[in-house]
Amino acid sequence: MKQRLAADLSKLPTFGLGPRSPTWWGTLAFMALEGTGFALAAGAYLYLAYLSPEWPPGVPPPNHWPGTIVTLLLLASVVPNHILNRYAEACAMVPVRIGLVVMSVLGIAPLVVRWFEFPALNIYWDANAYGSMLWVLLGLHTTHLITDVGDTLVLTVLMFTRHGYSGRRFGDVGDNVFYWDFVVATWIPIYLLIYWTPRLG
Amino acid sequence: MSSANLAHERHLAQQREAAQKGDLAPERDGPRDTGLDDASLDRWLARTWQTTPGIIGALSSVDHKIVARRYLITAFVFLCLGGLSAVAMRIQLSGPERGLIGPDRYNQLFTMHGVTMMFLFAVPIVQATGIYLVPLMVGTRNIAFPRLNAFSFWIYLSGGLFAWVSFALDMAPDVGWFSYVPLSGPEFGPGKRSDVWAQMITYTEVSSLAVAVATIVTVLKQRAPGMSLDRIPLYVWAMLVTSFVIVFAMPAVMITSTFLILDRLVGTHIFNPAEGGDVLLFQHLFWFFGHPEVYIIFLPATGIVSSIIAAFARRPVFGYLGMVLSLIAVGFLSFGLWVHHMFATGLPKLGASFFTASSMMIAIPNGLQIFCWLATLWDGRPIVRTPLLFVFGFFFTFVAGGLTGVMLASVPLDLQVHDTYFVVAHFHYVLIGGSVFPLLGATYFWFPKITGRMMSERLGRWHFWLAFIGFNAAFFPMHIVGLWGMPRRVYTYPVELGWGNINLFITAGAVILFVSFVLFTVNLVHSALRGDPAGDNPWHAGTLEWATASPPPSYNFARIPVVTHSEPLWAERDTLPVAIGLRVDVRELVISTVAEAHPDVRETSVTPSIWPLFAALAIGATFLYSIFSPWAVVWGAGPIAITLIGWFWPKGDPEDEE
Repeated sequence: MKQRLAADLSKLPTFGLGPRSPTWWGTLAFMALEGTGFALAAGAYLYLAYLSPEWPPGVPPPNHWPGTIVTLLLLASVVPNHILNRYAEACAMVPVRIGLVVMSVLGIAPLVVRWFEFPALNIYWDANAYGSMLWVLLGLHTTHLITDVGDTLVLTVLMFTRHGYSGRRFGDVGDNVFYWDFVVATWIPIYLLIYWTPRLG
Repeated sequence: MSSANLAHERHLAQQREAAQKGDLAPERDGPRDTGLDDASLDRWLARTWQTTPGIIGALSSVDHKIVARRYLITAFVFLCLGGLSAVAMRIQLSGPERGLIGPDRYNQLFTMHGVTMMFLFAVPIVQATGIYLVPLMVGTRNIAFPRLNAFSFWIYLSGGLFAWVSFALDMAPDVGWFSYVPLSGPEFGPGKRSDVWAQMITYTEVSSLAVAVATIVTVLKQRAPGMSLDRIPLYVWAMLVTSFVIVFAMPAVMITSTFLILDRLVGTHIFNPAEGGDVLLFQHLFWFFGHPEVYIIFLPATGIVSSIIAAFARRPVFGYLGMVLSLIAVGFLSFGLWVHHMFATGLPKLGASFFTASSMMIAIPNGLQIFCWLATLWDGRPIVRTPLLFVFGFFFTFVAGGLTGVMLASVPLDLQVHDTYFVVAHFHYVLIGGSVFPLLGATYFWFPKITGRMMSERLGRWHFWLAFIGFNAAFFPMHIVGLWGMPRRVYTYPVELGWGNINLFITAGAVILFVSFVLFTVNLVHSALRGDPAGDNPWHAGTLEWATASPPPSYNFARIPVVTHSEPLWAERDTLPVAIGLRVDVRELVISTVAEAHPDVRETSVTPSIWPLFAALAIGATFLYSIFSPWAVVWGAGPIAITLIGWFWPKGDPEDEE
């Protein structure tokens, strides 16, 4: 088949940030499928709560303080997260490095407090279905938290190497910011379900 | 231009300016395809895009065509295993009180048959077809996230091996393909059989979710310049909608299998009514996945049918917009039907009525598609070759299955025939008619593209007629025996019930169907070795996969096509508009905008890597170990993290740097 030249792409840039990059769309798709997982787990919790004559069934509701502290830490982390995003868009190396270190610390801090959330649930997973669902919801979110903190740490190290001076790497920083927002956003409904639904009476 | 567009443009300009000011290594340029003659262009691209020879090279391959070929062959092997288990069951049922297979083995056989056909054959093979065809049809050089794609294959392979090795060790799941609690729960399901089911689900779903994400991003961001939304081939639309259905449906079955394994392994009570859990919750979660699953298998088949009909009717499919909207409508409606699998569980009547209505409603967009295809054939000049024969088989069989589907959607009839062979007949008509026949047609249609050789038309016609007659002989009488009351999943039946003769007839039909597949296999092997050379476009079809050589080179297209029409090769019969300006020394491809497919970025695609295989091994070992101990998750975390870091850490290839 003969070819006819119809377009010249030589002037196109070699990377695009945010929705211009396929990685951003991939991250969005993973958020969609993980978000579905969260929604279904939350739905299972509400389904069992609806069937149960009493919720929580004969145990005190969880102590909400560790969870509340985690919530405040996560909400506070959104601000530096977005400042970091601004610098990543500008491909500014020094502030991006500082921002990543800050975000690593702000990722580890809620993880430390999270350790105290499990005993504060006031019930074990094998006591009854209510206990099982609390551990499942908290466990599901903790998995995401650990994964994203791990990702942030590796990316931080990477940005301190010579590989960092690349548009694609700054794009990765932007996508990490985007995913952290997801980790924070999914926590809010889980927090309300775990700590405040049992207090509704 | 709207103000939103203007603002967007300004934003882009700012971004570009900022990027130039930022701390970036200076852009390294290399030779471009501009001005290269065809022979040197081919030499450059072949060197850049090739899969390295040797065993390590093969295990590191990220070429979508190589990965797809592995998927197709593996899925075909599982089809054979699933088919052989069906033949074994049919021989056992061919007469009353036969003693060939005992009840325990029989339970494992029907479970493995269902699990294999659904999770190891049907879903992987439709996705594999997409992995091969979607990048070619949208005119790009590789799938998005090629390493994720390679990883998905290794995970799928290990999940399938795991299930069948368990069967060989007499520890295969034996509780039906949907593995209902309490039968599969800790109280009634001792041993490891249900755990095998649960973790096999986890493997296969991880794999198909990964492929779904890669497919979505390929379609949204890697379309050839000019392939706006209204020029996307219907097959690609079908794969896009399917991938979205997977993204929202598969997490449900992963949640189900995870809850099940938690109940069995660490003593949670999610499905235990004695401690505030609920067994119907399992069914809700499972069928929230399970019903869309049917459409995950069926929608790609509709895309295949559209491709075949357009090629053989020699005109574009009638009612493109209606077809696309139907696909999307089916995708949405598929999430509103799950409760019709649960009519026999005593749900409130109002709920049941709602799901009856929605189950009937989904017949509307499906019917619309069928009428569009008929109109296309009516208006075209159809040439009847084997692929089109299978499409005719699909029409007849799928419509028959759809009719019994509408019958089953009504609660009183469903209660009457629940768990009988009537249901078995219905879903085999829908699944084999709706998906396997189109897939067989697809094999005859695209085999020349994949191998460069034509399949034998004579054997193909024999294959079709034997398959069609064998299928109907095997499954049509199941409607009758189901109405007589024969329950599914029984390993035998007493003489006095008088079901012997009809079951013997069914088994005879199954044997004919089996023979047709033997012929098919002979045709595949013989044609791959000795078939007539196919040339680039043996059917004179209009979509982009036919614009390149058969089999396509590693880089798919020497120059990226520019699309001006929904059937690009019919718009200009002799010339192909193409784009220039890409680098040839690194794996560069074009990223375009989502709606209009304006070329936006020249981005590099990743190089081959062994790490996805290592990651799959680490994750697979963790899943396997988790059947025995919850600590698997802790011990597995380290190796998984190491392999993922190895996967993502830049190795200094030019592709990694920008």
